[in-house]
Amino acid sequence: MDKLLYISMSGAKENLNATALRANNLANAKTTGFKADIEQARSMQAYGEGLPTRVFSLTERPGQDFSGGALITTDRDLDVAVQGKGWLVVESEDGSPALTRSGSFQIDNAGMLRTSAGKFVLGDGGPIALPIPLDKFTIGKDGSISVRPSGAPATISEDVGRLQLVNPDIKDLVKGEDGLFRRKDGGAFVNDGAVTVASGMLESSNVNAVSEMVDLIKLQRQFDMQVKMMKTAEEVDTSQDRLLRFS
Amino acid sequence: MNAALWISKSGLDAQQTDISTISNNLANASTVGFKKSRAVFEDLLYQNINQPGGKSSQNTELPAGLMLGAGTKVVATQKEFTQGSMLTTENSLDMMIEGDGFFEILMPDGNITYTRNGQFMLNEEGEIVTPGSGYLVQPTITVPEDAKSITVSSEGEVSVSILGQIEETVIGQLSISNFINPQGLEPLGQNVYAETGVSGAPIQGTPGLDGLGRIRQGALETSNVNVTEELVNLIESQRIYEMNSKVISAVDEMMGFVSQQL
Repeated sequence: MDKLLYISMSGAKENLNATALRANNLANAKTTGFKADIEQARSMQAYGEGLPTRVFSLTERPGQDFSGGALITTDRDLDVAVQGKGWLVVESEDGSPALTRSGSFQIDNAGMLRTSAGKFVLGDGGPIALPIPLDKFTIGKDGSISVRPSGAPATISEDVGRLQLVNPDIKDLVKGEDGLFRRKDGGAFVNDGAVTVASGMLESSNVNAVSEMVDLIKLQRQFDMQVKMMKTAEEVDTSQDRLLRFS
Repeated sequence: MNAALWISKSGLDAQQTDISTISNNLANASTVGFKKSRAVFEDLLYQNINQPGGKSSQNTELPAGLMLGAGTKVVATQKEFTQGSMLTTENSLDMMIEGDGFFEILMPDGNITYTRNGQFMLNEEGEIVTPGSGYLVQPTITVPEDAKSITVSSEGEVSVSILGQIEETVIGQLSISNFINPQGLEPLGQNVYAETGVSGAPIQGTPGLDGLGRIRQGALETSNVNVTEELVNLIESQRIYEMNSKVISAVDEMMGFVSQQL
């Protein structure tokens, strides 16, 4: 059988992978701080005997769209959005620092500042502990956290630390399996004083629903064409068969 | 089967949960002391399809791999304990807490629950109870039969003026409780919340002291639901729902095409 069939099959398979990636983007169109994945296809030559005439395709995710999502006002003291470039640092499950743009925080019963998914929010000196119970919680533009402990006079404001804000080169960043970002080389993050945050706001997902839908149509049609090629391969095969039978 | 189908299904599920949360908020837009919830979304784990750094040929490597996300999930519904606005009623048993804190309610099973709804009433024994189910407000305060009027101070002191007496008689003191993490409270319905492990233990105190809110008599705290915000959220969720279902029908068409053509 002609190898055309297998090449078309690889194309169709990779189109399905790309569809899954687009589906994931659309499923996360409401996930706070989500960065859309980008998909591209690469041509892969099959080396073997003779000339490398067969070129398979391979879908890959070269990176993310790092453009900012829309800012949503929530008026909640514990909501933080990074303005412009920059990242918040949280402790990932293995204890290493990782980056996120999702700043919907909460305070647990021990007074630790956590993300809505329960990960510790890191400050300049590790996880942030707050003197509980609190009356008022404020995050300044530079990420500094000040609180008024319960029962203290209105004039008192206690500084309890500062959110760790970093701004590594996005070319060095890679999205991990938990959806958090890390440096490709595993290196540490350096604080950047120029990163500013806005409290009472959240950054929405930056998924562009229209372009995702257009890409989906594109992938669907491309897939149809691959299937058409498979059909053609079958027809070529059948006519070959017929030719042999006549002689 | 195709991963895209299940990924989009997770999107549909999550939007469905979000719409339920929104509709519950809207349904309670005029419930006294109601606190709105919001759904918190997270992306699910990513799967490695092609490892970055794999060999593309004998001496070249793939610069980027393929990691497919598994969709989205609503990880939590967060209650927002911001203050609702004040509704003056001039009813002497209507109370609102201005600031942090919860009224304590004794449930029939003997547990204490907490509420922000201060729309109280009297039962046949003259005790102050909640309006719907008639649960006792703690500490139990009994209003004498011959009481002419009831006064509640901002510190929670309840006094009555009795027919024929010049001085007001103090009949009890309301206490309120606060929590370190009110978002960790478990909503039980009927406007009451129960303490959980993550909410922390209740910190009981006198209204107006130690950072607790003051009591306002003759006023109620309205629901803190912002109807416009909920409707905008509803539009957004509905459209995302539609797009996710579009992906499912697209994948269905693709699969249908394969089985027809081949």
